[in-house]
Amino acid sequence: MKILLTGARIIDPIQNIDADMDILLENGKIAKIGADILKSAKSKDSGKIKIIELAGMIIVPGLIDMHTHLREPGLEYKETIASGAAAAVAGGFTSIACMPNTNPINDNRSITEFIKRKAAEAALANVYPIGAISKGSTGSQLTEFWDMKEAGIIALSDDGKPVMDAALMRRAMEYAYSLGLPVISHCEDTNLSGGGLMNEGYYSTILGLRGIPGIAEEAMVARDILIAEFTNTCVHIAHVSTAGSVRLIREAKKRGLKVTAETAPHYFTLTEEALQSYNTSFKVNPPLRSEQDVAVIKEGLSDGTLDVIACDHAPHGRTDKEVEFEYAANGISGLETSLSLSLNLIQNKTLNWPELIAKMSANPARILNLPKGTLEVGADADITVIDPQLKWTVDVQTFRSRGKNSPFNGRQMQGKAVLTIVGGEIKYALPSLKL
Amino acid sequence: MVETKNVKVVMDKDGIDRCLTRIAYEILEKNKGMENLVLVGIRTGGVYLSERLQKKISGIEGGKIPLGILDVNLYRDDISASNKKQPLGETKINFSLDDKIVVLIDDVLFTGRTIRAAMDALIDFGRPKMIQLAVLIDRGHRELPIRADFVGKNLPSSLWEAVRVDLVEKNSVDEVVIEEGT
Amino acid sequence: MKFEKKDILGIKDLTVDEINLILETAESFLEISTRKIKKVPTLRGKTIINLFYEASTRTRTSFEIAAKRLSADTINISSSTSSVVKGETLIDTARNLEAMNPDIIVIRHSAAGAPHLLASLIKQSIINAGDGAHEHPTQALLDMMTIKERKGKISGLKVAIIGDIEHSRVARSNIYGLSKMGARVVLAGPATMLPRNIEEMGVDVYTNLKDALIDADVVMMLRIQLERQKQSIFPSLREYSQHYCLNRNNIKLAKKDVIVMHPGPINRGVEISPDIADDPSYSVILDQVNKGVAIRMALLYLLTGGGE
Repeated sequence: MKILLTGARIIDPIQNIDADMDILLENGKIAKIGADILKSAKSKDSGKIKIIELAGMIIVPGLIDMHTHLREPGLEYKETIASGAAAAVAGGFTSIACMPNTNPINDNRSITEFIKRKAAEAALANVYPIGAISKGSTGSQLTEFWDMKEAGIIALSDDGKPVMDAALMRRAMEYAYSLGLPVISHCEDTNLSGGGLMNEGYYSTILGLRGIPGIAEEAMVARDILIAEFTNTCVHIAHVSTAGSVRLIREAKKRGLKVTAETAPHYFTLTEEALQSYNTSFKVNPPLRSEQDVAVIKEGLSDGTLDVIACDHAPHGRTDKEVEFEYAANGISGLETSLSLSLNLIQNKTLNWPELIAKMSANPARILNLPKGTLEVGADADITVIDPQLKWTVDVQTFRSRGKNSPFNGRQMQGKAVLTIVGGEIKYALPSLKL
Repeated sequence: MVETKNVKVVMDKDGIDRCLTRIAYEILEKNKGMENLVLVGIRTGGVYLSERLQKKISGIEGGKIPLGILDVNLYRDDISASNKKQPLGETKINFSLDDKIVVLIDDVLFTGRTIRAAMDALIDFGRPKMIQLAVLIDRGHRELPIRADFVGKNLPSSLWEAVRVDLVEKNSVDEVVIEEGT
Repeated sequence: MKFEKKDILGIKDLTVDEINLILETAESFLEISTRKIKKVPTLRGKTIINLFYEASTRTRTSFEIAAKRLSADTINISSSTSSVVKGETLIDTARNLEAMNPDIIVIRHSAAGAPHLLASLIKQSIINAGDGAHEHPTQALLDMMTIKERKGKISGLKVAIIGDIEHSRVARSNIYGLSKMGARVVLAGPATMLPRNIEEMGVDVYTNLKDALIDADVVMMLRIQLERQKQSIFPSLREYSQHYCLNRNNIKLAKKDVIVMHPGPINRGVEISPDIADDPSYSVILDQVNKGVAIRMALLYLLTGGGE
């Protein structure tokens, strides 16, 4: 099966391509990229090639979300591997890395293998499991990194439960580094954040909700940077939400340390002010921060301090959110809104197209050591096609994800993934797209 | 086009004063003096009239008879249906009503429902020997078996008309007018 | 003016006119509690549910008496928050109650925002009887009523609120209310009890009790909750009371005619010395309780559409 995508603008930051070109996919790989493939292809094997006309569209390397929560095994009412993968391709993601905080936790080979098998059955997006740093993510004893690596994990994290024990984190980073596995750190000093529900500041004060100070995140970001420096290893900081974290990471990078970082769309789109109605769909961890933090997050994206935009897709059921604010679960179902929200960064001149696409494909691929994130000839034919003009309204009821928990429900958006190809096969196409 | 309501003055300052003087004499005559007599004005129109009556009775008999103020809102029978939310006036009855002759005073007697509410309220304050009713205007259209003991003026009116008593204490003029309703 | 609000969720949402209307209406209700027959038929046939997820004797009793003096039927539902977490959700409970068609639901809950959740889901009027550390609007209204009666006004007064501001819904509601009514509010407490950016609410903040007391017309002492000691927000009751207890000495810094308030229940000797708490020339604490019934009657009356 051959597919020829023609008439679109192709952006590939790795090859430094930003031009109107055609691209030919063959046997799950990228076979050709260049101008005028259409003519020669038509004359040679017309009939055998599926030609897709994509005038006005933008073709980019398949997007990669390195921070997704699939709830299987254990909490299938929130999300399954299949529903999460369906949400991924609908949101333009060809690959997702899933966090280990399932039930049971992905802290051993058998869970990793289970996830891989379920993902293969779903056959939608590529699913890369992330293994737990500590057994049960309890922060006391390292898991079998090597065994899990052989089973298919591509990184390690106790996401959702920070590793409070600095000595354990040091050992984890040293051991993981020797295996070529990145450690992804959920930075939150739980003594400082204990019982907190939202950013600590004026709004937490007037709402009477326990605050989570920015330093709860920053203290651990600083710690992990110091460990990475001391042990000459690498660390990836998950979901950066504060100005202080951006500053620490920027300084670390300046000193040449192997530190990378991500933020999520809600941290550059929303502020803590949104919590005034006690609407639980805005409850996330780390919490939405101040306007000033949002401004610095954008700076961090713009100057390269923040390498990656990740969804932190955290699907929940209705009963997890339709409760008192205090008892509501943290998280946003983000796979199906992430790209559109991120496209605003181009509109408000925070990033240009190649920069944005790099943060959503090439950079996460590099950090996770995945042979992805480019449209080079011979690479896997993972492709996302974006209609940058398409106007649409978020309606959570149409989400492929089981998690309908989105604060963006009802929001007007511009730009959307309209065609998602994984390994040369069309896994998602907007119904209105003519194929 | 400016719509002007048809307003007709039916009683002026002197007319009101003469009515009150007569009612004062009638109250004293009927009750054979002011022993055991107390006045209770119904908010808001009855309050000023009861103050005037108190003065007139004092002028005739000497001494001062007790005067109370009653807000009947809490006893109304249409409170649930009404969705108008206004402040409640103060109720002030600083004396016992037990075995007293209470003269309730209001400006206009209409359906009788206000008086029913007022009587219920009075009974919560004690057990009066007798309750009598004095009104400046009786405009008819009773919906309850209630009649006034002392009436300033009977003023037959139609249901679509409004009878309004203006008093200087709040409206800067003493007069009774009939307005044509819409 | 007419009262148009469906719910009373917080003082933050009330206008000055609405606060004045509530206070004036409540003044008219004071008299009923002095009668021999302390009952009027106003809310006959109305049903009021007191939904208390947090232990409270005085607030619940006050609401219950208020409702009963207006002839409403009251139902008390008490439930500890822990059983709620495990069992039926607030939304389930609310929908069940709604189906029974009450007229007003009074809710107290340890989670801030719980009354807002309820109000957004059901059509009946909701009165917030205290939600977490957020607001306690009826307490602030009765406090304002007490101050207005004693001082003849609220505007221009200096009101000092002392103690654990961080965990106090009474403080927040009073800061909103008193500021709206033109008073100057100052706060004092250990730095650990002052929530972040509280000064943005338009108050002056001190860590020294004496600074706040100078020339105060009203001093409002907050209850120190003993269990907070575990969270290390103060080292010991002994140390706290040595520096933040209102007593015969430091009260002299305030105006001569200062009044002392406390939302209760009092820890005598911790936040307030017994001789001040029980001295009627300073203490208006029992007055506050009396006003509480009138305020709650006024709110029940206004929310059920009383008046002409």
